[in-house]
Amino acid sequence: MAELTLPSQRSSAPPGDLAIWVFILAELLAFGVFFAAYAFGRAHNVALFNEMQATLDRQAGAINTVLLITASACVARAVEAVGRARQVSGARWLLAGIFCGGGFLVVKGAEYADKFSAGINLSTNTFYMFYLSLTFFHFMHVILGLVILIALWFKTRQGAYGPADMNGIESGAAYWHMVDLVWIVLFPLVYVMR
Amino acid sequence: MDIRRLNTVWVILMLATGATWEVGEQGFAGQLAMALLLVLSFVKGRLVVLDFMGLRRAGLMWRSLLIGWLLLVSALIAIAYRIAQT
Repeated sequence: MAELTLPSQRSSAPPGDLAIWVFILAELLAFGVFFAAYAFGRAHNVALFNEMQATLDRQAGAINTVLLITASACVARAVEAVGRARQVSGARWLLAGIFCGGGFLVVKGAEYADKFSAGINLSTNTFYMFYLSLTFFHFMHVILGLVILIALWFKTRQGAYGPADMNGIESGAAYWHMVDLVWIVLFPLVYVMR
Repeated sequence: MDIRRLNTVWVILMLATGATWEVGEQGFAGQLAMALLLVLSFVKGRLVVLDFMGLRRAGLMWRSLLIGWLLLVSALIAIAYRIAQT
């Protein structure tokens, strides 16, 4: 019997609800199209894109990369803790992740404020049209991800998850990691690559 | 999941982020810099998919879909940057 169940375990579904993974794939497809549009849009305006990229706050982008990745690591630790029935520890890791994610919004908000006060908007030029729409699309996903993490935090504190009931926390965590994954491509592409 | 593995992955991700930042600081440009940045983001993205998302233990199909997305996006960016250079 054990031998018979092994192959099916190896080809098992990902952690969490299957529906969230279908949703994640759809999100990745949308971001993928956006990234390709940016890269090919740049191919026709290399000088403009290189000049405008230099006006971005690369330090803020790097700090935000650190914040999102650290938030992701905290969420992974939370899932690991809840999986060992350590819900108190899991809730603390989730809270740490929420703080890092909140930090991302503060830094990105300051970046937007800086650009808007300089009179930059969607119609400034092609680069800023891409920069603002692409990063804001991602910004909205960070907000949704944080709402999910806060809900997970509440429910973990209530003891709603445990080794036998990982579906909810694994699904929410997977969504957050997707937000992180997208930024890992976005940061070098928009802030650094020239 | 293994705590030590998660911590190691976090350290690698931080180091790779530092390397990406340094490419920007040094002002590296062109095909080689582009390739280096894409390799760094692929290494980072792959670790997020395998260890944070936990797909290392999931079926090959799911791993392939997510890592395939990374490869496809990287390839499209590389093509667009090559077109721009010529």
